[in-house]
Amino acid sequence: MASAEGGAYSYSLTVFSPSGKLVQIEHALAAVSQGTTSLGIKASNGIVIATEKKSSSILIDDSMIEKVAVVCPNIGIVYSGMGPDFRILIARARKSAQAYWKVYGEYPPTKVLTQEIATVMQQATQSGGVRPFGVSLLVAGWDIHRGPSLYQVDPSGSFWAWKASAIGKNMVNAKTFLEKRYNDDISLEDAIHTALLTLKEGFEGQMTEKTIEIGVVTVPTVEELQAETRGGGTGRPRPTFRKLSEEEVKDYLAL
Amino acid sequence: MEYNGGSVIAMVGKDCVAIASDLRFGNQALGIASNFQRIFPVTDRTYVGLAGLGTDVTTLRERFRYRVNMYTIKEERDIEPQTFAHLVSSTLYEHRFGPYFVEPVIAGLENTSSGSKPFIAAADLIGCLNFAKDFVVAGTASSKLYGLAEGLWEPDLGPEDLFETISQTLLNGVDRDAFSGWGAVVHVITKDRVVTRTLKGRMD
Repeated sequence: MASAEGGAYSYSLTVFSPSGKLVQIEHALAAVSQGTTSLGIKASNGIVIATEKKSSSILIDDSMIEKVAVVCPNIGIVYSGMGPDFRILIARARKSAQAYWKVYGEYPPTKVLTQEIATVMQQATQSGGVRPFGVSLLVAGWDIHRGPSLYQVDPSGSFWAWKASAIGKNMVNAKTFLEKRYNDDISLEDAIHTALLTLKEGFEGQMTEKTIEIGVVTVPTVEELQAETRGGGTGRPRPTFRKLSEEEVKDYLAL
Repeated sequence: MEYNGGSVIAMVGKDCVAIASDLRFGNQALGIASNFQRIFPVTDRTYVGLAGLGTDVTTLRERFRYRVNMYTIKEERDIEPQTFAHLVSSTLYEHRFGPYFVEPVIAGLENTSSGSKPFIAAADLIGCLNFAKDFVVAGTASSKLYGLAEGLWEPDLGPEDLFETISQTLLNGVDRDAFSGWGAVVHVITKDRVVTRTLKGRMD
């Protein structure tokens, strides 16, 4: 039965194969590696996450596609893999961030939110009637305790902190490229250019402001932090994560 | 609130904060004990005082301990006083329609990019927070404590002067309240240490 690829173990999600693998999770990773390339680079004064936004037909209105998502004012996520699965995870992440805000009066640190998402993804590997999420995520955020941090979350629910990473199609090449280009005191501006250069390596077609999405984390200055009114004020915290507008992306591509 | 009695006060000083309470535990007008602690450490530099019904003081102390311990493990750091104040608020508001009969007071030193900053706050029994710059009061003697604190407190008191101010405010305030008194405890929190002193008070 079911001998096409993984044999009898390939359908049941929660049964280990004799070699100790959960085959469905490996398949999920395969789905991710077919997805468009995304990458993240941590700079000395911020983080950049970027992705290739590719549509199968020129008739698709690609202004509606969103691959870099804002979760809360200090955290953003980009993905490679299945778009619909990502939407679910983003909705969960946003809910989780607001629930945290409701209890503690502040938005979650990047690590805590990442853990929360990773838990959701892990649960999909052990529950009945579901399949693993077909996405890998790059979570970029800033918080006062850990500063800027970049995490990758995989369909298995495991997560790591990276200085720079790439997921999706060409991830191996992109990572090798990043390894050559990366150094610890790279500035955010340089990191954005490195990100675009890395994407260019495996890019099919023209790189334009319509086919690239970029999100950046900026580290607030001491003055900005002190100006922040918490608790008593009605003001929301000043965002440390934001998406670059098409005009901004265009300017970076022109350079 | 008048069932067991008791009052708490917190004040801001220069690079320090103080939190103090009486030690009476009563059954209405009858005094039962003069050693009822209602101020508890949350972290090294954050304290919480709970004025109100004795049983709820004990229950909430355990609840906050649980939630703060979970926070500390998850976040791998101590909770900041302001974050703790929000935690207190949301814990109390969870019981909006069957509340714990307590008025919490929080005092601590906040970690900021430029050292530490004094922080005090108080809440009502359903968690409405009051972030004050000078002092906060709670409990059966709160109306008297307000009057004294308004008269005695001044800005930028050092740890020793702050101790004197908060002690006089509390002792003289509780003397005008039948449900509070029977001794007091004062904690003065500075950036390197917390000084705790137990005071004698009138026993009538």
